[in-house]
Amino acid sequence: MKSSLPSIAKNSNKAPTGIAGFDEITGGGLPRERTTLLVGGPGSGKTVLALQFMAHGAQNCDEPGIFVAFEETSGRIVQNAESFGWNLADLQKKKIFFMDAQPMPDMVQSGDFDLGGMLAALEAQINEMGARRIVFDALDIVLALLPDPAARRREIYRLHDWLLERELTGIITLKSGMDESHSMSEQSFGFMQFMVDCAVILNHSAERGVSQRGLRVLKYRGSGFDENEAPFLIGKKGFEVIVARTLDRVDTEVTSERISSGVERLDTMLNGGYYRGASILITGFSGTAKTTLSGTFAEAACQRDEHTMFVSFDSDGSEVVRNLASVGIQLDRYVKKGILRMVSARAITGSAETYLARIKMLAKEHGARCLIIDPISTWSKSGNDLSAHSVAERLIDWSKAEGITLVCTRLLDEMSSLAEGSSPLQISTLVDTWIHLNYLVQAGERNRGLSIIKSRGTAHSNQVRELILSDTGVNLADTYTAGGEVLMGTLRWEKERAERSLHEANDAAVKLKRVKLDAEEAELEVRVKSLNVELLAKQIERDLLVSSTANHEGELSRGRTRMSELRGADASKAEVKLP
Amino acid sequence: MTSPVIFKFRLFIAGEAMNSTQAIANLTALCRIHLLNRHEIEVVDVFLEPKRALADRVFMTPTLLKLGPLPKRRIVGTLSQTKLVLQALGLSDLPK
Repeated sequence: MKSSLPSIAKNSNKAPTGIAGFDEITGGGLPRERTTLLVGGPGSGKTVLALQFMAHGAQNCDEPGIFVAFEETSGRIVQNAESFGWNLADLQKKKIFFMDAQPMPDMVQSGDFDLGGMLAALEAQINEMGARRIVFDALDIVLALLPDPAARRREIYRLHDWLLERELTGIITLKSGMDESHSMSEQSFGFMQFMVDCAVILNHSAERGVSQRGLRVLKYRGSGFDENEAPFLIGKKGFEVIVARTLDRVDTEVTSERISSGVERLDTMLNGGYYRGASILITGFSGTAKTTLSGTFAEAACQRDEHTMFVSFDSDGSEVVRNLASVGIQLDRYVKKGILRMVSARAITGSAETYLARIKMLAKEHGARCLIIDPISTWSKSGNDLSAHSVAERLIDWSKAEGITLVCTRLLDEMSSLAEGSSPLQISTLVDTWIHLNYLVQAGERNRGLSIIKSRGTAHSNQVRELILSDTGVNLADTYTAGGEVLMGTLRWEKERAERSLHEANDAAVKLKRVKLDAEEAELEVRVKSLNVELLAKQIERDLLVSSTANHEGELSRGRTRMSELRGADASKAEVKLP
Repeated sequence: MTSPVIFKFRLFIAGEAMNSTQAIANLTALCRIHLLNRHEIEVVDVFLEPKRALADRVFMTPTLLKLGPLPKRRIVGTLSQTKLVLQALGLSDLPK
């Protein structure tokens, strides 16, 4: 037997299925060289899972396999699985052998028989191709032909022993049904459940018309596993099991990088913008500009040359682009450049799980760094009540892990208050930033108000701002509080105008006063000047007076001296008497 | 019933398994009673010739193939219910 298993696989006692999520739940895959029972109703995806296990083994693990088809013919199985891109037709040549073991319709059964013939044929085939994996698809078909429960039990044992002996990693699928005709397989199932080492149940139900698929590992000998039912879907590439974030997953690196919300003042309110990789929730009634606010974010992201994906549940991508253009958000060029990808999610139908899977796939394809989902509340509609919350939770988890900045909007209906109690989608506790938009009806007007309810790790403004949309863009304005009431719109404008005119009047009054004072000052100055002049005149007058008096005195004394001289009086006496 | 038609049988068995042995016994007994001197039985042991089982798409043992005369028939099991087997082989209305 040629068995050249890769060393990693050899060390492990698990055989990977290659199914995203399933290998995580089971800690690596199916029990190697043991048998796994796969039970599910019609259309639950048993064959797809088994086939994917087989294809993965053949293609990636160098483990060729044999697929024993009891129900569908191999041709049809391969044809049906073609779209998954597993390259079955190619693998079929060497690595996968399909054995058509459908009972012939004209076959007559008389008396007891066993599966010895099949096992002998398989044995030869296994030895020839070195098969390591084997699938028995729809074993119930052949079990139903056996005449009695004892024979069924015997054949199941035979098969099980045979599998163990050959150290094959095997899957046996069984149908489970509710109706009488399947009671047989229920019996065998109950019995086989105990025998096998691993049992997996697939559920497929419709919840209010929306398909919901779930997978549950019932038992797994010698290994821990996730015991809860995990939602799964059959997507473009096959099975995809959705796993909730497990505890042992490594935390993603957080960054303190800020990125713009596209509205300058909002960035200021948020102390610099959103954190990269954060999840932002924008709630509001319809028409509160949730889409517009996410549009500004998209535009800002595109301006930074970051690949962005805008998922719209409400309208077509082109409609969103057109509508946003009316408020000055020009996304058109970015769509053309391929930076921005508009996705109309109306085109995707199905469960919330399907939406999530598609969004994840598209985002990966686009290499998105920023993701906008508008609105996320669509998920909680139409039969998705139960899963919507966990889907939203995983969306947030996933975008965090990928470092994608996520903006999602949530429509609140008019009746519901801010309290989310009644809403099935309580994601506000999970998001990092929660912006709430609401209307304020005042004086016959509706105006939009924006407030930041929370923003983790960020100092943020606690003020309500008015959100103003115009053809030049989006802006925020301070609101006015007057008498305990927040004023917006025209009232705010009036208030602003009133304040402006009041301000102007004040200005004028001040000016007038200044002019008056200037005038008074000037007048005083003039007076001071004239007084100075008067003072000078007086001084001159006085000086004049003094000098004239002195002259006069001099004249007198000179005259007196002259007189004394003339009179011949004693000169010394006369000198002494003079002042 | 002038020229006897030869019944050609191929019986797939799984070694010494009980139901296989029973099938051989039942078939030979049936042929002795109903098809004396106008039958051919080929016994194929799947353990020895697994590829032949695969080629004939025989997955359950024992399996009896009636190769001729047409129509071909396939009977699975020990062939214990003689009446049913005869019916399947198109022998039920033949005189004994």
